[in-house]
Amino acid sequence: MTTATPSLPQARRFTLPRLGGIWSAIRRHPSGAIGLFGVTFFLLMAFVGPLIIPEPKVNVSARSQPPSAAFILGTDNQGKDIASQIVHGARPVITVALLTGILTTIVAITLGALAAFLGGLFDRVVNSAANFVLTIPYLVAMTVLASFIRLNSPITQALILTLWSWPVLMRTVRAQVLSLREREYVEAAVALNLGTPHIIFREILPNMASYIAISMILAMTSAIYAQIALITLGLVPLSDLNWGKMIFSARTTGAIYIADTVWFILAPVLAIALFQWSLVTLARSIEDVFNPRLRSGA
Amino acid sequence: MTNSTPILALEGVHKHFKAGRNTIRVLQDVSLSVTQGEIVCLVGESGCGKTTTGKIIAGLSSPTMGKVFFEGQDVRHLSGEAFNAYRRAVQIVHQDPYASLNPTQTLYRMLSFPLFRHRMVRTQSEARARVLELLQLVDLTPPEDFIDKFPHQLSGGQRQRVSIARALTVNPRLIVADEPVSMVDVSIRVSLLNTLSDLQRRLNLTFVFITHDLAVARYFAWEGRIAVMYLGRIVELGSAPEVTAQPQHPYTRALITSLPEPDPQLTRNKQRIGLRSEDIPSLLRIPNGCAFHPRCPWHVPTVCDVALPELARTESSSLAACHVTAQTAQHAAALAAQAQESN
Amino acid sequence: MTHQPVLSIQNLHVEYTARRGKVKAVRDVSFDVFPGETVAVIGESGCGKTTLALALVRLLARSAKITGGKVLFQGGKYSAPIDVLRLNRRQLRAFRWRNCAMVFQSALNALNPVLKVSAQVQDTARAHGEHDAKQIEERALWLFQQVRLDPRRVYDAYPHELSGGMRQRVLLALGLLLDPQVVILDEPTTALDVLTQRTIIEVLKRLREEMGFALIFISHDLSMAAELAHRIVTMYAGNIVEIGQVNEVFYQPKHPYTLGLMRAVPNLSGQRTDLISIHGSPPDLIDPPHGCAFAPRCAYVQPICHQQAPPLEMRATDHASACHFWDQLPILREMPALQPKAID
Repeated sequence: MTTATPSLPQARRFTLPRLGGIWSAIRRHPSGAIGLFGVTFFLLMAFVGPLIIPEPKVNVSARSQPPSAAFILGTDNQGKDIASQIVHGARPVITVALLTGILTTIVAITLGALAAFLGGLFDRVVNSAANFVLTIPYLVAMTVLASFIRLNSPITQALILTLWSWPVLMRTVRAQVLSLREREYVEAAVALNLGTPHIIFREILPNMASYIAISMILAMTSAIYAQIALITLGLVPLSDLNWGKMIFSARTTGAIYIADTVWFILAPVLAIALFQWSLVTLARSIEDVFNPRLRSGA
Repeated sequence: MTNSTPILALEGVHKHFKAGRNTIRVLQDVSLSVTQGEIVCLVGESGCGKTTTGKIIAGLSSPTMGKVFFEGQDVRHLSGEAFNAYRRAVQIVHQDPYASLNPTQTLYRMLSFPLFRHRMVRTQSEARARVLELLQLVDLTPPEDFIDKFPHQLSGGQRQRVSIARALTVNPRLIVADEPVSMVDVSIRVSLLNTLSDLQRRLNLTFVFITHDLAVARYFAWEGRIAVMYLGRIVELGSAPEVTAQPQHPYTRALITSLPEPDPQLTRNKQRIGLRSEDIPSLLRIPNGCAFHPRCPWHVPTVCDVALPELARTESSSLAACHVTAQTAQHAAALAAQAQESN
Repeated sequence: MTHQPVLSIQNLHVEYTARRGKVKAVRDVSFDVFPGETVAVIGESGCGKTTLALALVRLLARSAKITGGKVLFQGGKYSAPIDVLRLNRRQLRAFRWRNCAMVFQSALNALNPVLKVSAQVQDTARAHGEHDAKQIEERALWLFQQVRLDPRRVYDAYPHELSGGMRQRVLLALGLLLDPQVVILDEPTTALDVLTQRTIIEVLKRLREEMGFALIFISHDLSMAAELAHRIVTMYAGNIVEIGQVNEVFYQPKHPYTLGLMRAVPNLSGQRTDLISIHGSPPDLIDPPHGCAFAPRCAYVQPICHQQAPPLEMRATDHASACHFWDQLPILREMPALQPKAID
């Protein structure tokens, strides 16, 4: 691990999991490997899939067909291929989920770590803000917001979702930092006068890495649910094709009541469920990847 | 070996914690001075304030009342480089070898951080050389085998050595060692203690050694002093051989006679002193007068439960805070004789 | 001691399954415990002493397996020896309280925090078929008195109202509720203060005399063993390396590991002697070394030690050791003229 690079001082490098470490963690946790496989599959589908698979087209002669060799998931009431809709409808959902996950994590870690370290007024303000946000039912607030903010860009959507998702993670980060700063090695760092930035970035955060990664993934899962809820309820403009819109259309056209069209609603629901499941499964085995004990293969 | 000004001195130090509406008096009126090169052991049971005293000495906690002097200067008035000098001069070694090292860092990273931070080395190769030297110093040999390891790859005793090496990075003059051997195995304990003694002699280090084990204290501080603490106060202070062979305070005596010894005949025939109560009073309700009086077999009503005994000279050359030893010199002499007998 | 042992451990083997392979935690351990006797099992962490204790009452973790041997118990309602390892679930449950009680090192958290001590006493008794609440209460109060607790106050208290030492004694009393013939203590005083530890020692001394149970205690604390035990069992790397009368083992150890331990512990009275530690660390129990497991750390090692494991054999009266060169070890102290008190 320490073949010293002359240009970059060693002491300034972050401890990042090595690829080999990830590989051995995966080998030990087949379920994690399945999760990783699932997540990779969906990411490829969302970002590479649309380049390969043609866009769904209206086809009046093939309306509401059950799955067949030509249409593996059948067609909807306009004769559009459902499988192709799943592929093309993935990107908006996953983009917003990723953005929200990243934003939530950044906001929550910054505020949580600062609140724990600074304490006093800052801590109180952040906590009250979090409590305030948590008391607002988000669907109601979204409904109101949607009426005067245009929610069509993924960034706006992610920002709005982050507004509601940071408090929970912030509070757990704050609690973690509070407990980690009591550790004896942190006390030793204080005695050695290594400085607060060192203590936060070298002593505390690396010990939270797995926790942060897991939280980010879980923030993504809730972002997906929130997003789908918004779309399904028709609170977001239905311009783009996405999984939420598929559910919305399927519901409004009564697809659920006809045996032949049930795939129209089942397919996006299954896609969401599978993606979520892959994320959660990956999250559960991620601990190992960051744990130096397991990483070094001892 | 002895300087005129002590390297570190506590004067009338109190430490109180607030717990809801209650005040917990963890330390009361503790005064202690430590000279360069000396070993002082703080001994007592859990809750006696020994760890808090150690943290105050190391500057990791500040007293509610009272003063801490570093080389004659009040540490509250130290700032800038003077404060940094104090910080570096006093280092701490913790008890738990599993909690005191950051699990995400290799030994090299752990030990090189302070070296870079305090500009004691400039390049990676200098740092590596110095880290190897430090590992060698704490008997982690050959150091090349250890430098790139993570803490989890080491045994408890080896981790404790890393902890010591980390404290040594900044060339400290005083080390507060908080129960450094209580969590390592018997067979390794001695070699750790011997390493510490060795370092103390070679580097002329000063040690404040915190332990609950009087036998360990006697072994380590044979040429130094022992301070026995009870419910936040020092109740006895004297040279290690004297405190263990001729305890002046009844609490010290109770501790010494209660401890089993690794010799079947000796330990079974040891004279015990019976206590009046088994229960340690809560720090929230520290008894009036001498805090030990509800348990003390020598308790004198209307004296011990009213007046606070001061730490004073006794028949031996130790100091003890006890009305009985202070009042009746004969009594004390008799006790000393008795203690000799039990040897 | 011509009578039957209350517990006879014969060729016991225990293995743990770990990622890297099988950890042979207890290897071919045999010894007898007689009624009313106190046996101390000493050794460093990882020597197998706690695994041994857990195996005796079959409370091992799921990853551990007893791979051979017998644990024969005779006493209470069993007039002929039974093998504890062959008891069915129901019999085992009864055995664990009625015949053999165990108090663990981690026992401080073993009391249910939301139940009063009285409820836990009654529940325990009822679970083992004792239904006379009044009689149980009387017995519990008597036991609390014996362990030097204020009986009424403790009986009506919640666990959090008691200090660590008090809880330890409550657990001891709870273990003795059904008058077992064997009591196993795992590091009974490790987390306790000196004066509380003394109380527990005194309580144990008195109770074993009054109730006549055999006591097996697991400890790394040689001083505790010196004070309480009639016999000492030294374990190293899953094996018994020495077993004998307390005076024999302490004053004239016949295994270099026991000798090493004796020399590594500081004393409080008498001369301050320079202590010597045992260098190195215990071996890997997944792949134990060939020959004597202690050889790599031994100061008296000879070539044969690396090739041939020494058998555990009698070297003096009631004193066995597993060392090729047992007769070349120094005598630590002359045996005291005073013989230890005979076992009650």
